[in-house]
Formats: sequence, C-alpha cells, structure tokens
Amino acid sequence: MKIIVCVKQVPDAKDVRLDPKTNTLSREGVQSIINPYDRHALEEAVRLKEKVGGTVTVLTMGPPQAAEILRESVSCGADEAVLVSDRAFAGADTLATTYTLSQAIKKIGGADLILCGKQAIDGDTAQVGPGLAVRMDIPYVTCVRRIVEANDKAFVVERLMDDGYDEVEVTLPALFTVVKEINEPRLPSLKGKMRAKKLAITTLSAGDLDADTAQLGLKGSPTWVVKVFAPQLKGERTMIEGTVQEQVDQLAEKLMEWC
Amino acid sequence: MLLIDIDACIGCGLCEENCAFDAIHVVNGIAEVNENCTLCGGCVDYCEAGALKIEGKEECGEKDGLAAWSGIWVYAEYRHGRIAPVTYELLGAGRKLADQKKVPLSAVLLTDKAGGMPAQLISYGADQVYVVEDHALAQFTDEAYGNALEDLARQYKPEVILAGATAIGRSFIPRVATSLKTGLTADCTQLDIQQEDGALLQTRPAFGGNIMATIACPNTRPQMATVRPLVMKANAPDPARKGDVIHYTISPDRLASRVKVRNFVALEGDQVNLNEADIVVSGGRGLESEKGFQMIAELAHLLDGAVAASRAAVDSGWIPYPHQVGQTGKTVSPKVYIACGISGAIQHLVGMQSSDTIIAINRDPHAPIFNVATYGVVGDVFEIVPKLIDKIKQVRSS
Amino acid sequence: MDYFLTEEQQMIVDLSRQIADELIIPQRAALDESEEFPKDILDAVAKADLFGVYIPEEYGGFGAGTFEIVLALEQFGRGCVGVATAFAASALGAFPIMISGNEEMKKKYLPDIASGSKKAAFALTEANAGSDASGIQTTAVLDGDEWVLNGTKQWITNAGEAKIYTVIAITDRAKGPRGASMFVVEDSDPGFSYGVKEKKLGIRASSTRELIFKDCRIPKDRLIGREGTGFITVMKTLDRSRPGIAILGVGLGQAALDEAVTYAKQRVQFGKPIISFQAVQHMLADMAIQLEAARALVYAAAKHIDAHPKDMSKASSMCKVFATDMAMKVTIDAVQVLGGYGYMRDYPVEKMMRDAKILQIYEGTNQIQRNVVGQELNKEYT
Repeated sequence: MKIIVCVKQVPDAKDVRLDPKTNTLSREGVQSIINPYDRHALEEAVRLKEKVGGTVTVLTMGPPQAAEILRESVSCGADEAVLVSDRAFAGADTLATTYTLSQAIKKIGGADLILCGKQAIDGDTAQVGPGLAVRMDIPYVTCVRRIVEANDKAFVVERLMDDGYDEVEVTLPALFTVVKEINEPRLPSLKGKMRAKKLAITTLSAGDLDADTAQLGLKGSPTWVVKVFAPQLKGERTMIEGTVQEQVDQLAEKLMEWC
Repeated sequence: MLLIDIDACIGCGLCEENCAFDAIHVVNGIAEVNENCTLCGGCVDYCEAGALKIEGKEECGEKDGLAAWSGIWVYAEYRHGRIAPVTYELLGAGRKLADQKKVPLSAVLLTDKAGGMPAQLISYGADQVYVVEDHALAQFTDEAYGNALEDLARQYKPEVILAGATAIGRSFIPRVATSLKTGLTADCTQLDIQQEDGALLQTRPAFGGNIMATIACPNTRPQMATVRPLVMKANAPDPARKGDVIHYTISPDRLASRVKVRNFVALEGDQVNLNEADIVVSGGRGLESEKGFQMIAELAHLLDGAVAASRAAVDSGWIPYPHQVGQTGKTVSPKVYIACGISGAIQHLVGMQSSDTIIAINRDPHAPIFNVATYGVVGDVFEIVPKLIDKIKQVRSS
Repeated sequence: MDYFLTEEQQMIVDLSRQIADELIIPQRAALDESEEFPKDILDAVAKADLFGVYIPEEYGGFGAGTFEIVLALEQFGRGCVGVATAFAASALGAFPIMISGNEEMKKKYLPDIASGSKKAAFALTEANAGSDASGIQTTAVLDGDEWVLNGTKQWITNAGEAKIYTVIAITDRAKGPRGASMFVVEDSDPGFSYGVKEKKLGIRASSTRELIFKDCRIPKDRLIGREGTGFITVMKTLDRSRPGIAILGVGLGQAALDEAVTYAKQRVQFGKPIISFQAVQHMLADMAIQLEAARALVYAAAKHIDAHPKDMSKASSMCKVFATDMAMKVTIDAVQVLGGYGYMRDYPVEKMMRDAKILQIYEGTNQIQRNVVGQELNKEYT
C-alpha cells in the first residue's frame, strides 16, 4: 500500500504569547514543530505499513527549512520525503494549497491512501484534507478516530462526530484526516535518526509540478487577510462583582458570548 | 510578494511593531522582509509612508459576474432527525446581514424527511427554505451533502453561504468551496459587512486564539464561512412568519457516495476528549467531595464541554486520573476554561493557562488562579455553580 | 558548557532528552507514588533503539561506548532516577556477558538486550555480602551437564521484570576469591523465584526484589567465562558501570538546579524575587559549580574507560563519589531554596532528594569507592 502523509511545519502554539505590555505577539523562543495532529497521521501510516506492508511518504509544502519536519518524520518511521517549495507558493490559502499538493501528489505517482492531521494548529482551518481529496477526486473521511479494518481495497473507520461516532466504509484510494485519539505517536529511533540524516529529500518547485501558475500562491487564493489584530488581552482580569445573583447573571452572559 | 519602496520608507518601525509573524524588521533605516512573511498585509495598513504593497493581490481571481450572486444562505444542519441548534444562531446572524444588504435570507435543508423543519427554519428568520429531500441523505456523507449544496449554489447563486463550524460543517463545507473554487473561512467568531462594497468580513482566531484575523473573499462567489457554535445569537422564533419552501431534486448519481455509513455509536458524556473540548469545566479541592463534581459535570454537559480536575481533586479520589489537568496530567487549551474551586498552584496553571478565556470561581480573593483569569468571581462555588446552571437553562429555553 | 559532542552523540542526547521531557517527567510523580515499574516508558526507550547504544553492532546494538550510554543516562536521570535505574540495571546485567561471555553466549543474549525485548539484571548483593563480596553464600555445584544453584540474592534491581540475570555464586569456597563464578540465569529456569518487592525511600519506580534459588538447575554452558573468574568479571563490570551511576547524579543535580533557579526567579518575598538575594544566589552558584565539575569529571572518566586502559578503577570510582555526593548536596539545597514548597510532594524536589541518597549507596558505597581510590594511589606511588 502506498501511503502519503501530508505534514505541516507550524510555530509551537504554546510558545506564541501576547506580550501584555506591547500588545504584540511575543515570538521569543518560538520553535517550529511538526503540526501535532500530523504526528498522529504519520504514526497511523507507519502502523498500517507495519501491518499490511507498503511505503510511507511524507509530503510538505513550505519553505526550505520545512525539510526539518520531513527528516523528523523519517526518524519516526516514514520511508520517503518530498518537499514542495517555491516562492511562487507564498501566500497560498487553503484552496491554492490543495491545488499545489494535489499536483505534487500526481507528480510523485499518486497514493492508495492519503493521511492528514485533522487541522494545523496555526490556522485551525481543517480545510486542506477535504479540499485535497476533492482535487484528487477521491473519497475522504474527516476526524477518523480509529481504523477498524484495513485491506488493499477498502477500509472501515470510525469518524468522530459531535454526538458520537459513525462507523463508515470507504473504498481506496481515499483520504482520511485523523484526530489525536487515534493513536499515541512513537518517538524517533536512533536508527531512524541516522537514516533521516542521510536521506535525500525530493524537492519539487512550481516548475516541476506542471501547474497552472494562476492557481498557485497568492494569485490562486480567493481569501485575503484584511487585518490581523490581537484579541482581547488575557491577563487583564475583570472581577465580576455584585450579589451572587448579579455575579451569576453577568457570568451567564459572558458564557453565552464566549462559548 | 511584499514590495518595499525604499525611497518612501522612513524606517519608523511601525511595520515591525505590528507584524504578527516577526517577518519585517528595520535594518539600517529601511524595512526588510524575511521568509516568515505570510503576505497577510497587516503591515501595509500600518505603514503611514505608503511604502509597502502586496504584489499580486489586486490581480488575482475573477471579478466578472460577481453581481449575479445574491442573497445570504444558511446551511441548516440536519442529523438524526433534528436540526442542530447552531442553525438557529446562524439564522440570527444571517438575518442581520441580509437586512443590512437588503437581500433575502435562505436556509438550505438536506434531509431524508423534511416534515415540519422548513416551517421551523422560517420561524427563526429564513425568508425561504431550499429543501432537498432524498433517502440518500438519511446519513451524513460528504459527497452527497456536498454535491447537493454545490448544485443548489450553482443554480441559485447566493453571495454568502454560512454553516456551523461543527463536525459536519467543517467536514463537507470545504468540499463545496473547493468544487466551487471559492474562498472559505473556517470557525469564524464575527461577521460584518464592509461598508464600501458590501463584502463579507469574516473574523476568526488563529494561532490557538493568540491572534485574530479578518478575512475577505473579494473576487469569487459565494463567500463561504463556517461559524463557531454558541457565538451568534438566535432570534426568538416567530411561528407567524411567512416564507417560501422550494423543493429541489438532485440527480441520483450526484447523491451517490463512496463512503457508506454502517453504524452510529453515541458517546457518553465523560468520554469527551479533554484535549479537543472547546469548553472545559474544571474542579478542585474547593469542591470538597465526589458530589461536588456532579454539578461540574452538569455545567459541562450544558455547555457541551468536558470535565477536568486539579490534582488535589484527583488525589482525593473524587474523579479519575484521565480528567487531571496540569503538570502531571493533561495540558489543555480550550476556548473557555472554567476553574471552580481551584486555587491555582503553578502545576495546575501550566496545564491550562493558554486557554483563550479563563473564568475562575473561588472563595479566596487571593487565590493565584485569579492571576491568570480573564474573569474572576469571588464566591462560594456551591452557591454560584448551581445558580449558573439554572440561569443558562433559563436563557436557553427563552 | 560545550563538550564538543559528535553529531551522533548529539543525536543520542536529543533523543534521550525527548524521552525524558515527553514521557518520563510527566509520569515521574505518579510512578513514585504508585511504585509502579515504568514498563511503557521502557518500551518506548526500546523502540527508540537506546537499549542497544553500548552493544556492538554485530549483536544488534548501536556500537557506541560508555560515553554514549552516559549521555543517555544523564537525560534519563534528569527525568527520574527511578526510571533511569531500571534502564541502567539492564546494562549492568549485560556487561558480564559482554566482558567475559563467549561468542555463543553473546549471540544468544545480547541481541534481545539490545532491542530491549528482554531486560537484564545483575545479582551480586546478599544479606551478608554487601560491600564485602567475600560474604557470598549462594553456591553453584556442577551436577552432570547442569549447574545447581542455591541461595538468595538481595535488593536486585529489575528483579521480576528482567528475563536475563547475571548471577555470581561460589563454585569452590576453598579457593577464596578465585572460587566464585558468574552464570546466566533465565526467568523461566526451574527452581528460580522472586521475593517480595521492597519498599524504598526513593527510586520507587524501579523494582527491587530478592532472587531465590532453590535447586535451580541451569545448563552447563550458562557459566560466564571460565570457572573461578566471577570476581574478576564483577570488578570489571563495576568499573565500567560506575560512570553510569555517577551520571545519574549529574542528571539529577541538573534537574534540581533547574527547579531551584526557576523557583527562585518566580518566588517573591520582601517585594523581590528571591534570586535577587545574595544568600540564595550563592547557594545556586555553588550548586551550578559543583554540578558542572561533576559532569566534566564523569565525561572524562567515561572517555577514559572507552579507551580500554588497564587502570579503569580509579577514574571510575572518583567520578562515582564526586558526582553522587554532589547530587545529594545539590538536591538538599534545592529543597532549601524552595523552602516549605520544596518539602511538599506537589513540587518535584523532595523526590529528587530522596532519589539522590541511593546513588551514594548502590554499586559500591562511596566509602568503598574512596577505598578503591586510596588503594590505587598507594599502588601508584610505590
């Protein structure tokens, strides 16, 4: 089985903090990490490979330094790594990203199964997985929490819903996005790290993709960021005063507003 | 790319101060951009010298034919025989947008059995309801639901489509947006109309809530957004409201799905995944006993959230370890964290302080939990929490 | 300080640090409380290939040396000395096979130890044989093609968890020190059982039990090396293993220093963080100085041992004494810096202090180590 895992390099969200004095993001010491959900997608791919055989290729679109997360993925069990990188991809929203990724996957010969994390922790859109499946014209299942049955032709998986989970059946090729509860990702191994150090990463530029340049990067992105601003400052605590009932009323109102 | 007019740049550093991505710095009196730049354009707005410009923005996409798209649509989320509450919230928000733009508000209902649901949607503010009624829609599948909404959109050309940022909405709405080659903004918390051109401004948190971004979709239609549940306010239903119900038929091949739902298993309340819950209600030593957690569980259930606890409560045996938040438990960062009777030892704080909003309820006004709280309530949890539960029930039912 | 590690050594550090930060530290308080053996953590360590760091490549290991295993142990020790002890004890159990075992024996046991699928343990101590190994009462008698073991080993780390035990027993009491031999005993051997689990002051995640041999019959080829070489194998084993104990002290000291400095920066008294008071600063400075000196000594000793010199004992004993005495002192001081909070189980330093004590005791008390250093000096100056 040929499995492709899409991974993304993201800033470690727990390090990104608002500086209460300047009201800007404090970026000091912010590490770039592999998107946590993608680690679970990778782990599931490696487990499938160990169970039914095949290869695991990790794929990312990003700047050259995103190669780091590809090497990290290889040290955790992936076999091959592909970096899709070009200035032409800069400013891509999810629509342009899915186009670019789908062209890259076609270029490297497609896959029986594509696994993605449920969402990336920087954007939290959860749109790239479904969008990529549509681009590839393959069925997809989002928020997969367990693979129940797997063979060369079809899978049975549990799809997490708001009220429980659906058990669904899907034929290959297909794409799944996974939630964290699907598995506990393994750590890298020493031998994996050695392999990762030596592995040649395949790098694809815009020119390698036979792509329609109008669909890449900023040009191919229908959504624009109009404004980026700081949310209401945390740490500026508001004490809710008054009688118990007054406190409760205010609290309920806030809850309705914030939840 | 970001263009910097070095003749115009005065090196004031406003761009540097306001860049959320550490992507622009003043070096030797001139702004320089690095590879962190996401082309968000934030700096362009702040530049008083007019030295910054995002190249490529003005030429992208198709502007032709935008006028042909009109009207606000709300996807009426249907599952297991009922309409999800977020639908009514979206009708409330959609009503405002439609009134502002003086266009109709429509609901789209995809179901196997419409029954009284169209009338219900009208009572909450829809001017018309598009109904696709088909056995193939009994269970949610991305392909059938996505194709149906896509076909309707192509036929009737709405300028805006809103859906709940629920498991269903966040699963199949991206399919529709990709098929229509249009923009989609996920998990919005605020929607506005831009005065100049009537465009939909969609505001959403990013970086785990550390920054907010306002997104527009100027050159393609429809403008699509999923909206976080419990953010918008539903209008009170008016059973006397009148509206049109438009039945639409989708061809069977478009309702075929390569994914088949075999079975559904409902999750128990306490199986809620703490790490993924948007709302976490947490209890500590102040709850005094296992019984104290019953009201915590009730509040969590009411808010569709998960139950958490401090180590003190877990160690006391009031609640099992999987619920523990903090250094020796889980780290959570929900949208709202409600700490009830938790003093806020640093071991607990490290596990929850990156939550978007922290509400602390504690008897001791000097409890360290108040140092990280967004809202603090000094009082007795046994008095406040039950009253809060009553109040929310009351608000919900009215 | 920069110790100019090679890329491969840095890889071992990074991987071990990740295991400490992501797996060990979040669980250490619970493991200490429950006195549970850290099976899941050690499985993860096995998957990461770290059980085989010091084992030659031909037996499925990574082919590195004492220095590399020391680098890994430093990180594990920083996480939890209890967990680290369970890991280190497997290496201690494997050393006799590596040092004195024949090719067949190495092929039979080392690959499983390297993969972590089987853990090893080392059995020397008895009720009447601690620092004085001549008090050993366990016997092994050859009966046809089998050795028959009788006796009880005490306080054996990894007992009940390991599958492979390297055990010293008297084969000919008349020969004195040359009358002891080492054997491999397997978990499933007949006549072999375990005593109850000991309740300990610290390192409570590690398992400490008796090994009980009652007419335990093992095949003849389980003899490690030649008959009568048991003490030599034990001494060589301990020479190589002591830097591993020493480095646990360094890792532990680092953890205690990290906690103390972090706390001192946060804790405000008299309107200032307590780190701004010289009394606290000097304590922290002394902790840091002692710690770095210990680290440098242990690293140097480990590298010295990797060069396979004849005189390992002195360097090995010196680093064990210095680093573990340092760990005791630094953890006590860390508790002091944290004051009342330090004494509470909500903070990790009280556990560190409890864990530190064993480092001065096991694998040869620090008094015995000083004897070794003294005797070596005596020899050197003749």
